[in-house]
Amino acid sequence: MHPALFGTMAALLVASALSVILQRSPIRSALSLVVTLFLLAVVFLFLDAQLLAALQVIVYAGAVMVLFLFVIMLLNLQEDRPAMAKVAVRGAAAFIASLFVLAAVRFIVGGAPSTGTTAMSTAVSADFGSTEAVATLLFTRFLLAFEVTGVLLLVAIVGAVVLAKRRLV
Amino acid sequence: MWIEVGIAVIKTLTVLLLVLSLAGILGWVERKGSALIQDRIGANRASIFGFAGAGLVNTMAADPLKFLTKEDIIPKGADRLLHTLAPCVNMFPVIVAFAVIPFGDVLVIGERVINLQVAPLNIGILYVLAMMSLGVYGVVLGGWASNNRWSLLGGIRGSAQMISYELGMGLAVVAVVMTFGSLDLQAMARAQGHLIGGWIPGWGVLYQPLAFLIFLCAGIAESKRVPFDLPEGESELISGYFTEYSGLKYLMFFMTDFIEIGVVAGLVTTFFFGGWQVPYLMSDGFHFPWGAQLLLPQIVVALLQIGSFLIKVLFFCWVQVLIRWSLPRLRYDQLMRFGWKALLPISLANALLTAIVVLAFQG
Amino acid sequence: MAEQYIPILVMFVLTGGLVGTMVGLARVLGPQRPNPHKGDPFECGNPPSGGAWGRFSVKFYMTAISFIVFDVEVVFFYPWAVKFRDLGWPGLAAMMLFAFLLAVGLLYEWRKGALEWD
Repeated sequence: MHPALFGTMAALLVASALSVILQRSPIRSALSLVVTLFLLAVVFLFLDAQLLAALQVIVYAGAVMVLFLFVIMLLNLQEDRPAMAKVAVRGAAAFIASLFVLAAVRFIVGGAPSTGTTAMSTAVSADFGSTEAVATLLFTRFLLAFEVTGVLLLVAIVGAVVLAKRRLV
Repeated sequence: MWIEVGIAVIKTLTVLLLVLSLAGILGWVERKGSALIQDRIGANRASIFGFAGAGLVNTMAADPLKFLTKEDIIPKGADRLLHTLAPCVNMFPVIVAFAVIPFGDVLVIGERVINLQVAPLNIGILYVLAMMSLGVYGVVLGGWASNNRWSLLGGIRGSAQMISYELGMGLAVVAVVMTFGSLDLQAMARAQGHLIGGWIPGWGVLYQPLAFLIFLCAGIAESKRVPFDLPEGESELISGYFTEYSGLKYLMFFMTDFIEIGVVAGLVTTFFFGGWQVPYLMSDGFHFPWGAQLLLPQIVVALLQIGSFLIKVLFFCWVQVLIRWSLPRLRYDQLMRFGWKALLPISLANALLTAIVVLAFQG
Repeated sequence: MAEQYIPILVMFVLTGGLVGTMVGLARVLGPQRPNPHKGDPFECGNPPSGGAWGRFSVKFYMTAISFIVFDVEVVFFYPWAVKFRDLGWPGLAAMMLFAFLLAVGLLYEWRKGALEWD
């Protein structure tokens, strides 16, 4: 039951990710990316990361992509047919892509590589991924990272204001 | 396992039925209520066999039939897929947000205890916020897919407004979460069942009055109703982002407006007014503070709770309709200024103040 | 996957069916009488003035960026709000420092006029 459901979600995810790069209209591309991020949140649910799934939808699919859409619409980006790249560039890109495909096939067929330590046998606690568990960790072990994130956000605000208010010479 | 799926299907269908009839009734309340407030009669011409029902037949039968049979015009140069998708993307999140709003406590059938909430998520309120974040896309798409400069302007302004007020809403709810200690809406509703001093029902509004006001303002702004309806700008941008829609798609945009009134009313009820709680009603009957008791069978208790929930939701829908027809519209820069410079700092201060007060009393 | 989400899946499917049916009905039930002027953009009776968008305002971009930053902040508030009683005064101090950093950011935006006229 679960593998079938996960298989469906994964197939939809790959389809929408392909749609992001294959669509000609930039708006449709951006919308496909929204769908991809939403499906990624559903995959997080499969991994019992409930808080993270909700945050993924709220912040990533709900805020960052809105910014993308604003920019595309306000700049009125049109459908774009890029010129074909040179043969050497295309060859190099194809070679790297085939390496990725080979690696993916090897992992699917042969299983993940062992890292020398025993397989992860530590069971996760029953409330793994719940809000309470994340809260406890965030304010004890990862407190410094949390505060540094605050500084990072402040830097982002200042940077955005500077960029937006800059006088163009 | 299939029994659970079956129960979920029944609950979902019940909620969908409730939502759609709420949208219909609110349409009638809006038209007739606005007519009464503006000292006129309102629509009363359509009638079946002479029964006009004070505009009910007009709004709930004649209008939907008219919308169903209109031609679906897609403007030339518009993206046909996006034009069709926009009303769907607009309507979907607001209906689905009802999945976590509890409309009763439990219903005991035989040995099965059914929680009267479609999905008992333990991240309940974050799910609602996620769905409201996704609601922005319907507006933006509706504006873009119309190939009309004014629709696009309305769409972008509408979405900028929605995202600005999502912040105030989110922080107001943070204060509510702090009061009840849980993100699950059913737990919040249950937590409001205790009595303060043995007499007063411990509803959320008594603990968080400021959060209630902030949430109500932000909720009305989210659904882009007056006094925040400039993106729809009925006298300026014709219909704003849904100008180029006709027939059933237009009806879908309109229904989303009414359903969102229902969502805001449902959330206000659950957070601040006890949800399905009836004062002094416990799971086996009434326990009055002066010692009297009235024991009731479980099904009656459940029905009383559902009825209480519906009454409260309808009350808050009516409050929002009243507000619409009483207040003038805010100008767009006033609107954005209010959201960013007033609601955001106040709700942030409210959240931190709540924390200080609770920790001081606890420690 | 947590079993709690199966009703959500049910609701998504049923709501999707409802919404799809409504849009499908819109296609099927209405007449189809195409006419070149029906497709013109509606400009209160004026002839369509062309699709050139012209200059856009940077304030929409500012609003969206500010929204992202403050949304991340709000989202950090939620785990703390659930656990703040157990985290006590040290947790409150940590959160107040975080909120202070972002309040400084909001104040900076305010003074620089980035919140204006939108």
